[in-house]
Amino acid sequence: MSVTYKHWYIERDADGLAWLWFDRAESAANTLSAEALDELARILAAFEAAPPAGLIVASAKSAGFIAGADIHEFSALDSPAAARALIARGWNTFERLAAARYPTLALVRGHCLGGGLELALACRYRVVVDEPATRLALPEVMLGIVPGWGGMKRLPALIGPAPALDLMLTGKGVDARRAKRIGLADECVPERVMENAARMLVLSGRPAHRLPLLLRLLNGPLKAVVARQARKQVARRARPQHYPAPYAILDIWARHGGNALAAEREMATILGSPTAQNLVRVFFLQERLKGFGKDGGFAPRRVHVVGAGVMGGDIAAWCALRGMTVTLQDQSVERIAPAIARATKLYDRKLRGDARQVRFALDRLIPDPQGHGAARADVIVEAIFENLEAKRELFQTLEARAKPDAVLATNTSSLRLEDIANALKSPSRLVGIHFFNPVAMMPLVEVVEGAESDAGALSRAAAFVRALDKLPLPVKSAPGFLVNAVLGPYMLEALRCVEEGIAPETVDEALVAFGMPMGPIELVDTVGLDIAVAAGKALAGEAAEPPKKLLDLVAAGHLGRKSGQGYYRWVAGRAQKGRAGTPPEGLAERIVTPLLQAAQRCVRDGVVPDADLADAGVIFGTGFAPFTGGPLHFLRQGGFARPGGAAVPAAVEAASH
Amino acid sequence: MSDSVYIVDGARTPFLKAKNAPGPFAAADLATAAGSALLARQRFAPDQLDEVILGCASPSPDEVNIGRVVALRMGCGQKVPGWTVMRNCASGMQALDSAIANIRAGRSQLVLAGGVDALSRAPLLFSDAMVRWLSGWYAAKTAGHKLAALRRFRLGHLAPVIGIMKGLTDPIVGQMMGQTAENLAHRFGISRVEMDEYALASHRRVAAAQDAGHFDAEIVPLIDRDGTVYRHDDGLRRDASLEGLAKLKPFFDKRYGRVTAGNSSQITDGAAWLVLASEEAVERHGLEPLGRIADSQWAGLDPAQMGLGPVHAAVPLLQRHGLTPNDVDAWEINEAFAAQVIACQRAFADADWCRAELGLADAPGAIAGERLNADGGAVAQGHPVGASGARIVLHLLQRLRRTGGRRGIAAICIGGGLGGAMLVESIAGARG
Repeated sequence: MSVTYKHWYIERDADGLAWLWFDRAESAANTLSAEALDELARILAAFEAAPPAGLIVASAKSAGFIAGADIHEFSALDSPAAARALIARGWNTFERLAAARYPTLALVRGHCLGGGLELALACRYRVVVDEPATRLALPEVMLGIVPGWGGMKRLPALIGPAPALDLMLTGKGVDARRAKRIGLADECVPERVMENAARMLVLSGRPAHRLPLLLRLLNGPLKAVVARQARKQVARRARPQHYPAPYAILDIWARHGGNALAAEREMATILGSPTAQNLVRVFFLQERLKGFGKDGGFAPRRVHVVGAGVMGGDIAAWCALRGMTVTLQDQSVERIAPAIARATKLYDRKLRGDARQVRFALDRLIPDPQGHGAARADVIVEAIFENLEAKRELFQTLEARAKPDAVLATNTSSLRLEDIANALKSPSRLVGIHFFNPVAMMPLVEVVEGAESDAGALSRAAAFVRALDKLPLPVKSAPGFLVNAVLGPYMLEALRCVEEGIAPETVDEALVAFGMPMGPIELVDTVGLDIAVAAGKALAGEAAEPPKKLLDLVAAGHLGRKSGQGYYRWVAGRAQKGRAGTPPEGLAERIVTPLLQAAQRCVRDGVVPDADLADAGVIFGTGFAPFTGGPLHFLRQGGFARPGGAAVPAAVEAASH
Repeated sequence: MSDSVYIVDGARTPFLKAKNAPGPFAAADLATAAGSALLARQRFAPDQLDEVILGCASPSPDEVNIGRVVALRMGCGQKVPGWTVMRNCASGMQALDSAIANIRAGRSQLVLAGGVDALSRAPLLFSDAMVRWLSGWYAAKTAGHKLAALRRFRLGHLAPVIGIMKGLTDPIVGQMMGQTAENLAHRFGISRVEMDEYALASHRRVAAAQDAGHFDAEIVPLIDRDGTVYRHDDGLRRDASLEGLAKLKPFFDKRYGRVTAGNSSQITDGAAWLVLASEEAVERHGLEPLGRIADSQWAGLDPAQMGLGPVHAAVPLLQRHGLTPNDVDAWEINEAFAAQVIACQRAFADADWCRAELGLADAPGAIAGERLNADGGAVAQGHPVGASGARIVLHLLQRLRRTGGRRGIAAICIGGGLGGAMLVESIAGARG
């Protein structure tokens, strides 16, 4: 074939097979831009005229197969007509691929997301390469949109509606082996035989994977039953006024054969809601956080963690899971032992029972009661109890033992970084690396700049956070940094409402209805009531008067989830809640407003560099309703004055100008 | 350039007594845990080692070259060679000697060497009859053949062969190790009471040394998956008594023998490591050695008398350096059996024996009691076969350092009729 393409190239082999390599120009990863899709359509047209013996689609990028649609093109859409054209471009091209008279196969290695998976689904066969990086997903729902290029049509037809809806409604991915197990892939093979497997399978004449009769019924006449069941499950996780996309996916699958172009009403709902734009905004905010610490080439291999309590132990365990060699120091082996037991549980879960990998992760987590590891560590994280003198003394010893270029970091949340730093010979070496509990779950880590912190040390700290696959948020040393500074007043206001006699269940329900992942009272119970009192003092000073009920509960030893009793009674890790009452008018607004004000204050005082990063930090650090695009974006969009909300409180209005 | 070989540091796991079930750690787990902690406190990085040598008498079938497995698990990197040596009970000492040889030859500068065994995880094996039946079963292709194979099956085929009993039986003379100890008791007229008294002393010495913290510098506590901490050698019986020991039945020569489980070393899991370095490596990395290995010696003898191996190996060492047993400040002779250590002492003092067996004009004389195994030994601590040779060298250096002694010999008897011995010298004033 003499035609050359910008993003694709074609190789013919002796068997008459065409290998179609996707190599998007000027990009490290393959995304399906309009141009790339148009070229693909032209290539398919040419093949229709002169069919090859078989077609294998593969990626020429080392990064993976295809990362999906070009999200920049999507975010630039300015009209329903433009959106419709974008959907039609992919839908029609993949319909054409699916209709090919010659056998087609996608050779999937690395990420295969969104439009990439929809392309693979349009092929007759799929071969996936058995590597940890191989991941297949339709994550559109996380951006508030739907898999409109055939995913909603072909995935349920290939693997059955229940698992397909689960993947599409959660956006969760599957690895190579699971892809094979659920029938998404025809073969799961090691890299060394992938080309051969692709070649043999595409020429095999094997019939395409077909669902058993029962599943065909569920994907046909019984669709309505399945959809009703799935709708109930979705309703438990997301409310349609916040997140219309999962409901649209269900409807388009059940009523329109998965064709978004035929679903005018559903698409209008999605495109009419700000959710998609806001979720795309959140996606780009996340990309921005991922960029911190990128330059400088700092690749930490050895980490020393001092303090094997819940935070320190879990930080150490996470570092070892991410491949670093970790020495974990505490006063005795007995204090370190519970951290090892917790790490074992974490590894069993994260590594899905791969006993060898669990063993190797545990090998990398070395108990170090004498603190020998400090001398060769690239990063030292202090996570001992919050006592200024103890921390100052510790950092004096650490500074003397550490390598000159090692990152010295404290995980303190309540002490002033500068008060610790000035115990060092070079106070500029100290930075804050503030993790959130539970470490394994929380994506955000605050990288704290003290008055004297060195820029290089901060950049290395951010790179360390990235190496842990967490999101670094640069913040200035100030009480509560960003996340606790916004959470504190929010939780306090919620506790005041309970003080005034509103049931905790009612308070929590009002905030969940607003879009929070967990109600504030349940959050206080989860964090621990003692911690909440201490955090309140750290934020507002010793003179601050915590709510009386909070103090009474703490005095009675009711510390929340960990003690089995707080504002709620806890059984097996679950709060025992009664029925929520009808929240008084404006309850959510009253409780969220202090958070919004605190976020504004943090931007004004320079705790975070800008409003976007404040939004990113509050979303990834607190779970603040992502569909809003973040607290400050929410205010800019009209806040509670939007339809369904109340008027913007005067205080917020004033503060935002 | 000097051809001195320095011992920079060392560490071991607590020795964990086998409790008739697989212990909490596999051999490679033990070696990795002790080795990682040891390497974490060095001034060099694990990938600066030239090689890792691990002695192991019974590696499990899935990690036969356990030295390489452990080197990788400790994070030494793919480029550091790791290998395994086997000389039965002296496998750990052989690892040290192999390191010495390579350092002296200039092939290596910095070596991690030691030994390990997890005897609690010794396998149960199929009998030969069962293996033959299985191969017939797998070869049967048709239902008829399968049926015929089934008819040939006998329940007795299922009786397992206990791997460790095979390992502890000499294949040449067909005697169990305990029976070779009975031979020595017979030859030197050692009574049951003498053995039990020796065993009791071993327990008391280990107890006193534990209480005084004499093992703290060498033991790396272990933590298992459940967060249980293993801090001490757990074979120690603080309630051991002569009366209690006297009640035990002879194990190896039933009814008429004298060697019991109580006056033998225990079946145990453990690992021990030393860091060995050339003078050049000591200078390059600014290391502060514990001591120096001055010399080593291997000897062969009648397999049925294997317990005298320490004498056969130590005498040439003493001769080469112009020493008598009591010129040596501290001795560690591995306590495979109480009878065997007592026999070594008798042999050292027995002019006839020394003339007949070693061709000496005079007996060198017994080792003064307080110089030998002052902190007890394998009768109380256990004998994880591959680890013991490294453990006694490590502990010998710790003893010399503590007592201000200069010279020490560690010696070990080896199943199959061998003995090994190492002469070490402490380095005064090292490490405060």
